[in-house]
Amino acid sequence: MRYMTEFRDKELARGMAQRISSLLNGRYYTIMEVCGTHTMNIFRYGLKEILPANLRLLSGPGCPVCVTPTSYIDQAITLAHVPGVIICTFGDMLKVPGSITGDTANSLERLVLGNVKVVYSTADALSMAEANPDKKVVFLGVGFETTAPTIAASVLEADRKGLGNYFVLCAHKTMPQVMRSLVEDVGARRAVPLQGFICPAHVSTIIGSRPYEFLAGEFGIPCVIAGFEPLDILHGIHLLLGQIVRGEARVEIQYSRVARPEGNPRAQAVIKEVFEPCDAEWRGIGVVPMSGLGLRSRYRRFDAALHFSVPAPKTREPKGCLCGDMLRGVKTPPDCPLFGGTCTPSHPVGPCMVSSEGTCAAWFKYQGENK
Amino acid sequence: MTNDKRILLGHGSGGKLSQELIRDVFFRHFQNPILAQLGDSAIVELPGCPAPEEPPFPGGTSIKPPSTGGREKGAGDTLTPSLCSGQALPSPLKGEGSKHQVGSTRVAFTTDSFVVKPLFFPGGDIGRLAISGTVNDLAVMGARPLFLSTAFILEEGLEMSLLERVVSSMKETAMEAGVIISTGDTKVVEKGSADGLYINTAGIGVVEDSLYISPDRIKTGDKILLSGTLGNHGVAILAARKGLLEVGAYCNTPILSDCAPLAGMIQKALGACRDIRFMRDPTRGGLATTLNEVANGRDFAILLFEESIPVREEVGAACELLGLDPMYLANEGKVVIVCPEADADRVLNVLRRHPLGKDSAIIGEVVKGPAGRVFMKTLVGGTRVIDMPASDPLPRIC
Repeated sequence: MRYMTEFRDKELARGMAQRISSLLNGRYYTIMEVCGTHTMNIFRYGLKEILPANLRLLSGPGCPVCVTPTSYIDQAITLAHVPGVIICTFGDMLKVPGSITGDTANSLERLVLGNVKVVYSTADALSMAEANPDKKVVFLGVGFETTAPTIAASVLEADRKGLGNYFVLCAHKTMPQVMRSLVEDVGARRAVPLQGFICPAHVSTIIGSRPYEFLAGEFGIPCVIAGFEPLDILHGIHLLLGQIVRGEARVEIQYSRVARPEGNPRAQAVIKEVFEPCDAEWRGIGVVPMSGLGLRSRYRRFDAALHFSVPAPKTREPKGCLCGDMLRGVKTPPDCPLFGGTCTPSHPVGPCMVSSEGTCAAWFKYQGENK
Repeated sequence: MTNDKRILLGHGSGGKLSQELIRDVFFRHFQNPILAQLGDSAIVELPGCPAPEEPPFPGGTSIKPPSTGGREKGAGDTLTPSLCSGQALPSPLKGEGSKHQVGSTRVAFTTDSFVVKPLFFPGGDIGRLAISGTVNDLAVMGARPLFLSTAFILEEGLEMSLLERVVSSMKETAMEAGVIISTGDTKVVEKGSADGLYINTAGIGVVEDSLYISPDRIKTGDKILLSGTLGNHGVAILAARKGLLEVGAYCNTPILSDCAPLAGMIQKALGACRDIRFMRDPTRGGLATTLNEVANGRDFAILLFEESIPVREEVGAACELLGLDPMYLANEGKVVIVCPEADADRVLNVLRRHPLGKDSAIIGEVVKGPAGRVFMKTLVGGTRVIDMPASDPLPRIC
């Protein structure tokens, strides 16, 4: 088993697409893949082309970069200007435009201060803090339940080592709560009803399947946790449509080779030790109650926002940008007047174009600017 | 360009930002028909000049380049110093007489700077890269590389032994490629003003009159060949950058850079098909960038077959881990060749017989449209656009 090629087999994919088509039986269905990596791979493998046209796939708010509000970027940029600060970040945050206008650059990439470092893990950021005791290292803590454990672990490690110069600018988010906000968004669901969710693969390896149960129980919406490979996605869609057609609603795990109903208890324990749920602002969606993770009081001395007392400015969205509607599953990129014109991957306007996982970026990259 | 009047790292990535920089700054000022060729090397006609009274090279009318000794024997071991004499150049290719026009010589001319970090990486070093890069830029224009210049920018405090290792690697690579390092320059800057050592090389080579390598000649139905696996150099460099990721730890065999001078293999390919339309080495920006540059603004499209594109398993795995796409990773020892369908198998066989081309494959074809774009038939049978990258590929959050 290579866990790669087997899940990209052309014949199996074709067979699965046919089974999906016969399940649909000519009717129209709309489902949402919440996670950005699903969106990316649907485009990367051209799955829409082999799937029947009467199945509508919507992309949800599952790209960590896309849902990070402009105020957070503005905060990070303000911090970068504090003397002695080194900003450590995952690469995809570099290009995200904030809302600062005027002389100051409006993305981390354009700062040219020399103190913004791309790291591949929190361990690199910690090493940087240890190697530069005269500097203050701020890690941009962005992401979902997949990245939260490693950031929590870095805080625990910094605590154990008594590091006083390591900080996290927290903007962690959790998936199930925002999915609730999507189904409770009456206006959006009247415009575009959602008949099922493809739940994230790697988030679910951490949290398991139970946190999604309310979607099936309270709202009667079927869910399938699917892997990221093309056959995983097709199989996941097939299982999901099976539930829809039979009128069932449960949380199924297609990605059973990695995801378990109980998730990863160790990772959950680390998250729970360091973080507590808090309200969080989602770009394009607004504040979603208890959908974020903030540092517990015990670890608050690692909170960059508190330590530097950098206020979060009010979020201002670029004019004409439809990213908000995109993230709520109401619009698709071709609906946006900016898409492919003023908004492209080299000059992104909205968050969905900035991140490689964003709906607009995936659409542009793999389908072209053709509408 | 945008209003932010500063150079970003993305301007050096070879992607869209680099193109904008070239168009909006360099080309706007330097604009001329030779620069407008925008090939890997400029092709210039050197006018003939009166035959010199003294032989232009000391010791006779011909010089011998250093013995090639390596895996690829230079096509012609003796170079006639005919650049200025107006005589026909010896053909580097068997059985084809050079129809060289007396009085001028077609010369390929190129330059490249090397700022790679780290200076030594699995499978190569900055010196090997500096020779290979320029040799390959000449070779893909159909030129036989002859002479290289080399210029060093050294940081104060650089260890002499390190410099010697680099220089000796350059000498070995030059011998392998059959080129002569003919002139050079050295500058030393204050500590902190440069990162160890930067190298610039420039090179010239001669192009036979019967060859015309240009994307203008590409036609619908032509085949696209690639001389081996994608992304080896890009992943080797990532793995070698300490503090970033130990990609090696996930591999049974280390991933080595493919960095190599390709002139010998390319000359063999030209021997198999005089009608090769176009060649380029997909370095910075990867195969995706190269093919977009080819297709951009033209009346054809390029269709690739994902299943035919060779990628080493370790490279594929590293890309999966880091969220990178081998299509966008740098290669330093690969060439893309576009040739007529009828000659494709012959060229493929010649490439595969060469030690640097044993994994060569036909990876796609030139199709009618939609014009100007690059597409890929994916493994599972869908189609996707292969776009130009905006800037360097960055690993993703999750």
